[in-house]
Amino acid sequence: MLNAEKIKKEFPILSKGLIYLDNAATTQKPYQVINSMKDYYENYNANVHRGVYRIAVEATEKYEEAHRVIAKFINALPNEVIFTKNTTEAINLVAYSLGMKLKKGDEVVISLMEHHSNFVPWQQICKLTNAVLRIIPIDENGNLKDFEKHINKNTKIVSITHASNVLGTINPVKEIIKKAHEVNAIAIIDGAQSVPHFDVDVKDLDCDFLAFSGHKMLGPMGIGVLYGKQEILKEMKPFIYGGDMIKEVNINDTKFNEIPWKFEAGTPNVSGAIGLIEAVNYLKRLEMNNVFSHTQQLIKYFLETSSEITNLKAYGPKEKNGLVSFKLGRLHPHDMSAFLDELNIAIRGGHMCAQPLVNFLGEAAVARASFYVYNTKEDVDKLVKGLKKVKGVFKV
Amino acid sequence: MDIHMENILDHWRNPRNSGIMKDADIIFSDSNPLCGDEIKMQLKVKNNNIKEVKFLGRGCSISQAAADLLSDYVKDKNLNDIKNIKNEEMIKMLGIEIGPVRIKCALLGLFALKKGIYLKEGIKMEDSNLNGQITN
Repeated sequence: MLNAEKIKKEFPILSKGLIYLDNAATTQKPYQVINSMKDYYENYNANVHRGVYRIAVEATEKYEEAHRVIAKFINALPNEVIFTKNTTEAINLVAYSLGMKLKKGDEVVISLMEHHSNFVPWQQICKLTNAVLRIIPIDENGNLKDFEKHINKNTKIVSITHASNVLGTINPVKEIIKKAHEVNAIAIIDGAQSVPHFDVDVKDLDCDFLAFSGHKMLGPMGIGVLYGKQEILKEMKPFIYGGDMIKEVNINDTKFNEIPWKFEAGTPNVSGAIGLIEAVNYLKRLEMNNVFSHTQQLIKYFLETSSEITNLKAYGPKEKNGLVSFKLGRLHPHDMSAFLDELNIAIRGGHMCAQPLVNFLGEAAVARASFYVYNTKEDVDKLVKGLKKVKGVFKV
Repeated sequence: MDIHMENILDHWRNPRNSGIMKDADIIFSDSNPLCGDEIKMQLKVKNNNIKEVKFLGRGCSISQAAADLLSDYVKDKNLNDIKNIKNEEMIKMLGIEIGPVRIKCALLGLFALKKGIYLKEGIKMEDSNLNGQITN
């Protein structure tokens, strides 16, 4: 297990007694990340890929280094890493660039457990192109049900979450990608909940695209990543047009820049990329297998210690990644969350941006405790104690 | 625990005005998609005055208690007066501080009631037409 007490001290926001358990929404940031961004703004803030003066060169070098650091982290090439705003924008990039080429009768496969970020773009692109949206159902344990039945010769795109942000399910993406490739479909993985928690190797998975967010892995908000196989990226049309994505602009036409710059139009989030370097360095120092086993132990401990609370029902499969979603009798999760907030405990209550899934569970909202590297067993003890208090007050 | 919060929990646990109304003159259902709170207001009206009120709903303690308190409050009131109930009046009935996140829960019943009355007159009201008085 990680030394979470020690890690916690490196996160300024956690120094005031906050028990933060909404890590699937966003994680807190260590000094290392905050200071690197402060250093950029105080010492070498300049736009990238333009100026020839020293700080412009320094900013450009650092921004390009960020591509290399992220690439190494997921075993990709630097030119296969595109910086976006977040996972949502990364998925939209693929949806608009590749999805708009879909024709009537083509099929896109997603699943019922997708976050809205991997649900709504495909739903809307299918409406625009008259393609068919196929949704893999889930079984009573919260696992995908017979995914192979939904992938056929008409399938052009398969876009699946690596790990559910509600159930914690880790999907068999390697098999899904293999099946997609058998029918020559593009395989996209939503890694928003997987990349922060365990080693994700794009070469090993053989996915065509992987999307994830910096802010869910100790990095700043506003920086996300789209990995794409270079041979596919080279053939793809840009999603956003403008500055920095061009090689040469004439009155009648434009030659686009090389990858990944062709997909990074406009002034990018340089400080975000710099913060993300330090977030990745931080996680690498802890080692991802330790990160994973740490949250596994917290989940196990929470399920054990909360089992004596009658009417507390946890959702999802037995093996969960990073989080537990649950319900306490008829108590609305917002009441629970508001009450726990009085005890300085932050958990999430709501539809988790996965309305189709939460509705399938027969609920309008669920509560969710999600863990990360700085959470301790003591945090879990406080949560369980808080839940017992809630139960007493609301008599549920 | 705060006495007002006790009161809210009491109305949530044991609502006085919850149930199905047969032969209602006005029925209106509304929901908050963000939290999934649902309220259906049912009214019997005579000479433009409310004779009976019942609500059906599910959701958080604030939304359900607010609908219950509101049902008591509007009995025997004139429909036009109800249209003029201020959001602050509803919050005052609850007696606790309502932050920006929970304001929609607190006002769901009131909005459903007003929308139902307006609809009876053939006017479709949206939240944006009704929430002019929301201060936070």
